[in-house]
Amino acid sequence: MELLYFPGCTLKTSAKNFEDSALTVASKLGLELRELPRWNCCGTVYSLAADDLMHQLAPVRNLVRVQELNRDKLVTLCSMCYNTLKRASRLVRRNSEKLETINMFMDEEQSYEGRVEVFHFLQTLRDEVGFKKISEKVVKPLKDLKIFPYYGCLLVRPEEEAIDDPNDPTVMNDLLKSLGAEVIDNSFKTVCCGSYLTVDKKEVVAEMTYKILSAAVKDGAEAVTLSCPLCHFNLDFRQAEVAEKHPEFKRIPVFYFTQLMALAFGLNPEVCRFNLHFVDPKPLLRGKGFI
Amino acid sequence: MEIKVSLKKVKSPLVRKVTEISDEKIYSCYQCGKCSAGCPFADQMDLLPNQVIRFVQLGMEEVLDCKTIWVCSACFTCRVGCPKGIDIANLNEALRLLHLRRNQDHLKLGKLPREELLKLPQIALISSLRKYTA
Amino acid sequence: MIKVNERIGVFICHCGLNIAGTVNVEKVAEEISKCKGVVHAEHYIFMCSDPGQEKVRQTIKEKKLDGVIVAACSPDLHEHTFRSAAASAGLNPYRVEIANIREWVAWPHEGKGEEATEKAIKIIDAAIEKLRDNMALLPVEVPVTKKVLVIGGGIAGIQAALDCADAGLDVYLVERGQSIGGKMAQLSETFPTLDCPQCIETPKMTAVAQHPKIHLYAYSEIEDVNGYVGNFKVKIKRKPTFVDWDKCTGCRECMKVCPVKVPSEYERGIADRKAIYISFPQAVPNKAVIDAENCIRMKYGKGCGLCAKNCPSKAITFEGNGSIEEVKVGAIIVATGFDVMGVNSFGEYGYGKYKDVLDALQFERLLAPAGPTSGKVLRPSDGREPKEVVFVQCVGSRDPDNWHPYCSKICCMYIAKQAMLYKHAVPDGQAYVFYIDIRADGKGYEEFVHRAMTEDGVIYLRGKVGKIVEEGDKLRVYGVDTLTGRNVVIDADLVVLATAVEPSKGIDDLARKLRIQLDQDGWLSEAHLKLRPLESLTSGIFIAGAAQYIKDITDTVSQASGAAAKAIALLSRDKLEKEPIVATVDEEVCVGCGNCVSICTYNAVELDPELKVARVNEGLCEGCGACAATCPSGAIQLINNTKKQIFEMITALTRRD
Ligand SMILES: Cc1cc2nc3c(=O)[nH]c(=O)nc-3n(C[C@H](O)[C@H](O)[C@H](O)COP(=O)(O)OP(=O)(O)OC[C@H]3O[C@@H](n4cnc5c(N)ncnc54)[C@H](O)[C@@H]3O)c2cc1C
Ligand code: SF4
Ligand code: SF4
Ligand code: SF4
Ligand code: SF4
Ligand code: SF4
Ligand code: SF4
Repeated sequence: MELLYFPGCTLKTSAKNFEDSALTVASKLGLELRELPRWNCCGTVYSLAADDLMHQLAPVRNLVRVQELNRDKLVTLCSMCYNTLKRASRLVRRNSEKLETINMFMDEEQSYEGRVEVFHFLQTLRDEVGFKKISEKVVKPLKDLKIFPYYGCLLVRPEEEAIDDPNDPTVMNDLLKSLGAEVIDNSFKTVCCGSYLTVDKKEVVAEMTYKILSAAVKDGAEAVTLSCPLCHFNLDFRQAEVAEKHPEFKRIPVFYFTQLMALAFGLNPEVCRFNLHFVDPKPLLRGKGFI
Repeated sequence: MEIKVSLKKVKSPLVRKVTEISDEKIYSCYQCGKCSAGCPFADQMDLLPNQVIRFVQLGMEEVLDCKTIWVCSACFTCRVGCPKGIDIANLNEALRLLHLRRNQDHLKLGKLPREELLKLPQIALISSLRKYTA
Repeated sequence: MIKVNERIGVFICHCGLNIAGTVNVEKVAEEISKCKGVVHAEHYIFMCSDPGQEKVRQTIKEKKLDGVIVAACSPDLHEHTFRSAAASAGLNPYRVEIANIREWVAWPHEGKGEEATEKAIKIIDAAIEKLRDNMALLPVEVPVTKKVLVIGGGIAGIQAALDCADAGLDVYLVERGQSIGGKMAQLSETFPTLDCPQCIETPKMTAVAQHPKIHLYAYSEIEDVNGYVGNFKVKIKRKPTFVDWDKCTGCRECMKVCPVKVPSEYERGIADRKAIYISFPQAVPNKAVIDAENCIRMKYGKGCGLCAKNCPSKAITFEGNGSIEEVKVGAIIVATGFDVMGVNSFGEYGYGKYKDVLDALQFERLLAPAGPTSGKVLRPSDGREPKEVVFVQCVGSRDPDNWHPYCSKICCMYIAKQAMLYKHAVPDGQAYVFYIDIRADGKGYEEFVHRAMTEDGVIYLRGKVGKIVEEGDKLRVYGVDTLTGRNVVIDADLVVLATAVEPSKGIDDLARKLRIQLDQDGWLSEAHLKLRPLESLTSGIFIAGAAQYIKDITDTVSQASGAAAKAIALLSRDKLEKEPIVATVDEEVCVGCGNCVSICTYNAVELDPELKVARVNEGLCEGCGACAATCPSGAIQLINNTKKQIFEMITALTRRD
């Protein structure tokens, strides 16, 4: 099965590890993630101002690219791209007047007709592939690996865009179980990491990272998994600041869920590009015999 | 500190502008505080989210000077919990835009150390620019 | 029924400024006086006042009017007033029509005087056209069965049944549970007096059991309702108990040996019952039932049978002894009460996930002296005595975005009570209450809350709770106190949620059978919220207690006695008069298609088997007009609302344009 896929900026640069591992595990599952031709920035953050249509052009333009191919589905990997594209797609579907204005502004050959549905890859895995099939592909079960799945905000909020129960999402828990890992669950899984505050208020983010990670560690986690490059930066790279402020803090590796899939599927660990991490996951993986 | 409430304040441009930009029903908030109780960054804020909307309800322009609107990460926790379906993140965005639309940027990337700039991923840079600059 | 000459009088009401502030009443009177057949047109400040009515009476006599139009407010309010006034002056009341120029004209078109005046003229003109063909009618008389059906055996149903029975009426009391008593029987103590419900409700339950006029149908449901005011036919289904109640003595030997444990409904899941059970010690009737879904013998058709072996009275038959009985009653009182919102909601509070997060009804059972912990407050998780308890108000109430828009009304008070009782049970403990507003609007209520704050040191925090998270053996409560403007964190041992109340399950189905209405939230609709709060819109069916909208015991009992009084008043007559606005069939024109038969919700139309024409039962017909609208040949028509009248009205409404 071929799926149109929207990478977004960061997956092409500092989160290459996310993209490469995702493409490889997808093909192992018989899915071809075909990159959306001529994609542009998703808009990064969904514009929350009702009178601001300018910032909806970028996401809607991407939806036009999908429509041009006579397709009506677009899959994302990054949670933030998912949220921005999804909300924009719903906005114009519900509001024909706004859609008309946006079409006029965009001046594309085709007017956007509002049909494209945006999905996150986790939804594809849960609803189309199924965890049973995923577990059948596992050759190296992640036995004894205790992982805390971190959902953050944009997969589960606002509730209209949520891919799962906003208070208690389980899609990554179920995925981890199908990989044979042990799930460490607590309510910090949906607490915001601080998102873009990381640029000018990194101390706030570091404190949040500290709270989230130490709760996970206290509950026994040895690693974290997630699906957003911004969350990844905050939970992984900001551990430097955390360690400065809290000397007792022990570093903990942070994975994209697709990296864990690649490991469990027995794929070449090269696709995981562990060199792009701040906290090196290799010692943990080696210790457990996964690499 | 006493505040003067008057017809003029309640019908002030602030209330109208915030309503227009955020599309939120400001006066349906009954100050239950659930937004504040759930906000992960409340301890970094000078006004709690419920106080932000309260200030707007009473037409108090001071709200524009609060730190809260720049600390809100648009995580939508408040929105999911609000009994009245109010999205404080939208409200905070509206208040930020009242600065930004006057070209009063909140963030100057140039002031960040170079190694920090190199480290930050695009997604962080672009989203903070989107939130903090005109 | 006589066709009359035309001498019509029109009376236009100012309704103070309600109408006259918008409509030019003088101009209306002037225009209307030009209409054919109108011999009198005047306007007056308050037509419904005594002098106003007197004008109608006088003019009827002086000018020998044979028809009257009152242009005023909605007929819901004063049609009856003016018809009675006309009748006392010798005019048939059905020769009086109301033209609604307040709700239809003055109110919606405030500030547009000219257009409103024109519209008022049109509406009155149309009413005159209708009046021309209105027949003089006599009310339909129907006989009365002097018996009452009460549905629901909570304190509302109990009170209503006792009042009706004491007035000498036979009462059928139908309760779907094993015992009567309702929620009140589950409570620990009751605000604001701290009476023990066992002490005050049990005597009433016993009185029900012993009253010679009350026929108690416990473990029963309403199967079907037919008929009309004064003459309802009701099928009551006795659900199978698998125990012969004539033999069962309530000794409870069976329950001792039954090996199957099921969460007890009465204990709201914090303790178990057996597969054969009597809900609680004071249950009425004191008879056992087998829960067939969980009984081993009933599930597999063989095995176990321990209860039967142990029963000294040989009462247990395992035989499906349910039955359906038909009774006739003249009036029905619906008292089906409410439910408390249950698990699978409120994920942010861990309700249903954390054992020590309880709803308030569960906490009542923990506080109850005869409850599973004998009134000791102990945590369900580890049996420890909680030293810090957090109560959260307005959970699911006043929350239009996620759950219910309404205030659940009783929780402010019962939380104050529970916090107080907790302090009595654990004197060195601390209670905290998160609230948005405190609603304590009954006699002695504010004083009661004051007592909780001052004497029992309950700390009230103004704000909601955002989330609750288990932290070791504590529950970390993240809340806010909007008065200090600070977020508040409390590490609690136990959390009690005042979850919203809801109409009792199955009420929609019952309402359909009874042909009564529910409001948008599922509570029973009253005929008029202010003036007829005890009646449904279907005559002869009354409503009482929390089923109409949540209320405390004081209000419930008052309303139950009120509904009983209504039923008693209705049934004190030997014959009932009914509106004669019913459907009639022109048998010459009727083609016998039967469309009317199938559309009538009141089963008022039948097809004559021989003549193949429709026949209307005037007793059953409610005059809704559905049949007339569906009849392809125009054979079935509503008296005084005939097709001809309606067309004339439409013509009148359009001819001035
Ligand atoms: C936690 C809590 C604490 C409270 N504390 C107090 C207090 O301290 N003081 C106070 O004044 N009030 C208190 N109340 C309120 C009190 O419980 C109600 O006022 C009272 O129970 C209302 O009585 P009711 O008969 O209308 O309804 P219910 O008690 O609900 O009784 C309704 C009955 O009808 C039956 N029924 C329902 N549907 C059907 C059907 N279709 N067919 C047949 N039978 C049916 C039910 O089984 C039930 O027996 C409290 C309520 C709660 C939830
Ligand atoms: S949660 Fe909603 S209603 Fe409550 S204070 Fe916040 S904005 Fe107002
Ligand atoms: S969106 Fe902003 S105000 Fe709302 S909970 Fe998140 S950080 Fe707090
Ligand atoms: S043992 Fe027999 S008589 Fe006694 S309660 Fe049970 S069924 Fe009734
Ligand atoms: S037969 Fe059923 S009710 Fe009787 S003891 Fe066995 S399980 Fe219990
Ligand atoms: S009675 Fe009190 S606690 Fe209950 S919903 Fe109303 S305000 Fe909230
Ligand atoms: S008017 Fe017709 S449909 Fe309506 S109740 Fe009477 S017979 Fe039935």
